[in-house]
Amino acid sequence: MLDIAVAYNRFKFLGEEFLTWLWFAIDQDPTILRKADSDLTSLEIGNRIVLEKRHKKDVERITIKGENAGLEEAMLALQKGALVAELNLVYRSADQKWQFTLKGESLNLSSIQTPIIAAPQGPEDMEGVVLEKIFLYDKILQFIEKLYKTFIKYRLSDNWQKRDIALIKKWSQSRA
Amino acid sequence: MSLLSSSVSITRYQIQGKLKNPILETLAAGLKKNAISEIDDPTLDKAVGWTSFEKPYQPDFGGSSFVYGNYLVFSLRIDRKSVPVKLVKKHVVIESEKRLAESGRPYLSRSEKERIRDQVMDRLYATVPATPNLFDIIWNYEDSQLWFFSNLKAANEELETLFLRSFDLTLIRMIPYTAAHYAADLKDTEKDILLELTRTPFTG
Repeated sequence: MLDIAVAYNRFKFLGEEFLTWLWFAIDQDPTILRKADSDLTSLEIGNRIVLEKRHKKDVERITIKGENAGLEEAMLALQKGALVAELNLVYRSADQKWQFTLKGESLNLSSIQTPIIAAPQGPEDMEGVVLEKIFLYDKILQFIEKLYKTFIKYRLSDNWQKRDIALIKKWSQSRA
Repeated sequence: MSLLSSSVSITRYQIQGKLKNPILETLAAGLKKNAISEIDDPTLDKAVGWTSFEKPYQPDFGGSSFVYGNYLVFSLRIDRKSVPVKLVKKHVVIESEKRLAESGRPYLSRSEKERIRDQVMDRLYATVPATPNLFDIIWNYEDSQLWFFSNLKAANEELETLFLRSFDLTLIRMIPYTAAHYAADLKDTEKDILLELTRTPFTG
């Protein structure tokens, strides 16, 4: 096991490749997403995507914000060698909606909004409300964990070099 | 950050090791021993400790108050005193001018200036109340997983240090490498490949 600080810097690209692959999967291969969660109705890019291109110590950063922002510039950045550093996602299951941001280098989740639940009316309601909220967080965290697991299996297999890189390249070039 | 807030941040951890039996008693002892206490020493600017999720300003770990179904729920509290720089500057200037007038000298030595600054800081810190910051924790004991409701680096570092001191268990933050190493059920050969990975060029 590597030291955590060393591992953080050495493998931050892996989280960014995961987000890039996830964008590709959302656009081109949603069956991968459904395999990770059979309750999934849809997964969409939300209101923010950040791409970073690293060159030695310099970092070029492109941020696209807004509910209906076009992703052409993001795709262009991808073609030029940038990876997705942050991705806001909208996850839907039945008529419920979750929205959150995933950061590539740390895999941290922020701005998590779950479906709204009733506030506790008194101390006797607290346990039920907390458990309901835990269930809602768990739903999204398990989904991300399974997706990451799937990505890692792909990333470590021979098919990553033989097939997946070419597919992602072809996709980014066809969309620009 | 409260787990019941409308928008939250979560840092995920894997826990290495298990508590000694009886688990709940061991846990309660660790929480009580390292519970937050008010800052009594006026020269201290920070206090860090555990507190109850439902009673964050009057920690109480009695009974099984931190058990919610299969989860353990409590909070990290970081109380911090902060004095605005401009306020420090004002009091240092006032005090310096007073000393100059008393001594009749045209200037103060470097060590006198430092002493005045230290005295001013001690006096101000003694009068300023500490601001509490709360960060909720959900511990799934069975799965050895913990969610910490903050992405702040300083708060995460305080959590990792206090957790080890309280329960003698190590928290491993789920970053890209550790999430692959621990959570993806990798074979040994795959772990070796993981260590050698380099960035994929998606261009060209």
